[in-house]
Formats: sequence, structure tokens, C-alpha cells
Amino acid sequence: MNPTFSANPVSDLNQLFQYPFMVHALQAGTIVALVGALIGWFVVVRRESFVCHTLSVMSFPGASGAALAGLPLASGYFAFAVAGALAIAAGSRAGARRSLSHESAVVGTVGAVALALGFLFLSLYGGVLESVETLLFGSAVGISAGQVRTLALVGALAAIALAAIARPLLYASVDEQAARADGVPVRALAVAFLVLLALAVAAIAQIVGVLLTFALLVAPAATAQQLTARIGASLAIAVALALIEVWAALALTYFTNVALGFYVTTIALGFYALAHAARKLRHS
Amino acid sequence: MFALPFIRDALLAGSAIAIASGLLGYFVVLRAQVFAGDALSHVAFTGALASAAAGLDLRIGLFTLTVALALAFAALGDHARADDVSIGVVFAWILGLGVLFLDLFNSSAGGSSGILGARALFGSIFALGAGPSAVAAIVALGLIAITLAVARPLLFATLDPAVALARGVPVGALGALFLVLVGVDAAEATQAVGALLMLGLLAAPAGAAHRLTVSPYAGMALSAALALASVWIGIALSYRIGALPPSSAIVLVAGAFYVLAALAGWRALPRSLGWMR
Repeated sequence: MNPTFSANPVSDLNQLFQYPFMVHALQAGTIVALVGALIGWFVVVRRESFVCHTLSVMSFPGASGAALAGLPLASGYFAFAVAGALAIAAGSRAGARRSLSHESAVVGTVGAVALALGFLFLSLYGGVLESVETLLFGSAVGISAGQVRTLALVGALAAIALAAIARPLLYASVDEQAARADGVPVRALAVAFLVLLALAVAAIAQIVGVLLTFALLVAPAATAQQLTARIGASLAIAVALALIEVWAALALTYFTNVALGFYVTTIALGFYALAHAARKLRHS
Repeated sequence: MFALPFIRDALLAGSAIAIASGLLGYFVVLRAQVFAGDALSHVAFTGALASAAAGLDLRIGLFTLTVALALAFAALGDHARADDVSIGVVFAWILGLGVLFLDLFNSSAGGSSGILGARALFGSIFALGAGPSAVAAIVALGLIAITLAVARPLLFATLDPAVALARGVPVGALGALFLVLVGVDAAEATQAVGALLMLGLLAAPAGAAHRLTVSPYAGMALSAALALASVWIGIALSYRIGALPPSSAIVLVAGAFYVLAALAGWRALPRSLGWMR
């Protein structure tokens, strides 16, 4: 296969869909963009982007621990992500009010310990080190049809669960004190959202890698929230941006043979910077 | 154990880096900037790979990139405190650049990138050597001295930025200087415990200290002491147990300190908050 870029967009597109691995990558990328942008929207509203990053880092001990124990990799991903979410939930609220400094210390410690465990598992396993980079940055090429189906299932479940708790979760995220006074179970919702986020991130990180998860979840949502304060509009913009990001990055990777991660993160940063500048202009 | 030169080098560099990270970490946690610290330590990976791709000494890329990014974070936010999302997006991009350099390095030098990548990500305190460990110790001592010198105004600027500004404290400049210090510390620690694990020394001992005391100077001392103890115990454990990498051992010990402190702090919560248990 020799990807050749021509001036004819139709033949370029035909080329993209010609290989099964590209079709799988496009399918997986589309699911990730849809689900990731929706969950990421709440991550941004709740100011939990550090938590989101840390939960995606959980994939590293998850994968290396599962390899060491001889279990399927996916079980390790999900187990460690949920364990991390519960550890963060248990540690981050010491009192009635949200303490940002305690929370960030807990999240950072959980992340560092997870990476230390991952490195320990990896050296016990004695596996090949190159897989570390695949784990961190993903590989668009190696996605099977079975993985796409699993991803679609987890994505659909996560979206349904999110829809079920969306209203009270938004209330609790925007005005915690009022929600608490209204009898909304703020603490339970926070834990439920963390677990949901952990499951989604574990599913996504298996496909796109640990470090890109953030660019696909948080960046589109943050960009959308810079552009509009209306809920429906910013959700729609977030999903649209995430889709553009994934599709454009996959196409660019195919034609230029440079790592997918570089394009995804560059496009994400570009959109965010533009939105930030637009907002600054409007307010000055 | 102390007769071995690589252990002595590791203890020398490790102790200095631990004290610097413990002191800085106290402020990182107090200012809720752990994510910024995390980002600075992760981009060290890109720095190392960039200098590898260009064929330079690893440390040039490390220090240049972490300091540049620290200044960028300072410019992004009010009072030099950028919000999580801006940090995250910029930092994801720098990691994306890291992948690009990895590709370039792969195609130019071939093969050895796995080892270099793993070394940059996880460090190896036993492989430092005498010269680099002495340099690391001197830089860390400089960091400690500067941090102690600005500790008082930095504390003021952190706890009450508005009043500090009114009293003529240069809040923004202090915040920027602080991020640069954390950046230099990240580049330092990357050589010892690795880009991914540096956060363990920055967040865990300081988080534990914050759980145990509210007094700032006692907290700083405690944080530095816990970080130092983590490095010593970690190195000793890793020396005894061959399969345990030193970086993992150090961070796991630091994490254990944090858990112990959280349990102790939890029991000491006042009765009025008891319903939260």
C-alpha cells in the first residue's frame, strides 16, 4: 500500500476507505469522538480535567498488570480505571466543602502511584519496551472489528448512563450548595460520574492511547464552552469539533505517515487557541 | 551498600532532588497547581526526545522545554495561575510533539528509541554516574536556596493574592518564578525518577504534610523530610529487592506516606464534620 495524495478529493477519500484497518480506525475514532465529547463536556464544567488525565494514566498499570497476570488486557484497563476513580473519590473530600488543594494532591498521588505500579509490573513482566509507546500514544492501525464492537457497546452504555444522570449532575456541578439543599445526592453523583468517566476513559485509551484521551475528551468541550454559554449549542459544537479532529487527523496520518497523536493534539490546540482568541476579542 | 559508588551517587542526587521537590511540592499543593507540575514533568519527555532527535545532550532539551513551558503557563493565567483546561490542551500538544520527535528519532537512529523513551519516562537513579549526580545535586541546592528565599512572600501571595498585591508584593512575578522553579525541578527529577514519576515526589509528600499540619513552616519541613525519607527508603528497598525498580520504589513509598497521613488526618477531623466519614 502506498498512500499517494492527489488533487482529486474523491479519489483521496476512496483511498481512505479502501483498507479495512482505516475503516476500523475511522469507526473507532467516530465513536470515541461522540462519547468522549459528551463526557468531556461534564469534565470541563466540573473542572475535573486533571482527574480525567489521571484516569487515562490508569491504563498503564492496567495493561501491564493484566499482561503480568496473564489476563485479557481489557480487564486490567477497566479494573484499574475504576479502582483509581474510587480512590480519588474516597480521598478528595475530607470536609463538606471542595478543597482544591487536597483534591489536586490526591489526584496527583494516585496518578504517580499508578505509574509506579505500572513500571514495576512492566519490569516484572520483562516485556518489550516498545509497547510502552503504543500504550501511551495508541496505534490507529491495530484496531480489530471486535474492538470496534466492544467500544461501540461501552460507548452506548456510557452515553445512556450519562443521559440518565445528566440533569441532576449538571445542577450539582454548577451550584453544589443549592443542589445539596434541594436534596440532590451530590456526593453519590460525583462518585457515579467518576466511575462512568473511568469506564469511558478505559475504553477510549485502549484505542487511542493514554495521552491522546485528554485531547479528545477535554479539548473539544473546552473549546465549545469558550464559544457559547448555551448548553445544547456547546454540546453540539463539542461533538462536531471532536469529529473533525479525529477525521482530519486520521486522514493526515494516512497521507503523511506521521504519528496520529501529533495531528490530534495539534488540531485540538489550534481550535482551542482560536476560540480563546475569539472570546478575548469579543470581550474587549 | 554504601560502599557501592552508584548507590552513593544515587543518594547524593536523590537527597538533593527530594528536598527541593518536597519544598516546592508544599507550594504546588497549596496553590492547587499539581496539574501544572504534572504537565511540566510529562513534557520533560518531549524535551529529552527532542534533544535526542537533534543529537544534543539530554539535559539541554529537558531544561529548555520545561522552563519555556513554565513561562507559557504563567502567561496563560491571571496571577500566573493558568486554569486546568489551558494547561491540559497545551500539554497534550507538547506530548503530541514528543510523538513526532520519537518518529523522527526512530527513522534517523533506528532501534534504540525504546530504551531512550523508557529511560526518559521512568528514569534510572542508579545509572546517573558521578558527574551528572554532582551537577544534579548543585542545581537542586540552588533550587532549595531560592525557594527558601521567596518562601515568605510566596506564601502571602498564595494565601491572599489581593491583599498581597495591595501591599506591593509582585504576585504575578512570584507566580511565574515559582512555575519556573517547578520546571527546573521537573527537569532535574526526570533524570532521577523519570518524567512520569516525578509527580510522586512533588505531590505525595506535600499532600501528606498538608494533611498533618496547617502551620506553613512545619508543613514545608515535614514535606521535605517525607520526600527525603521516600528516596532513602526507596533506594534501600530497590537495592534489597532486585526486581523492584528504584523509581517505582521511591514513588510507592511516597504514596504509602500519603495514605498513612490521610488516615491519621481523617481520624483527627473535628466532630462537627464526623458525618462525612
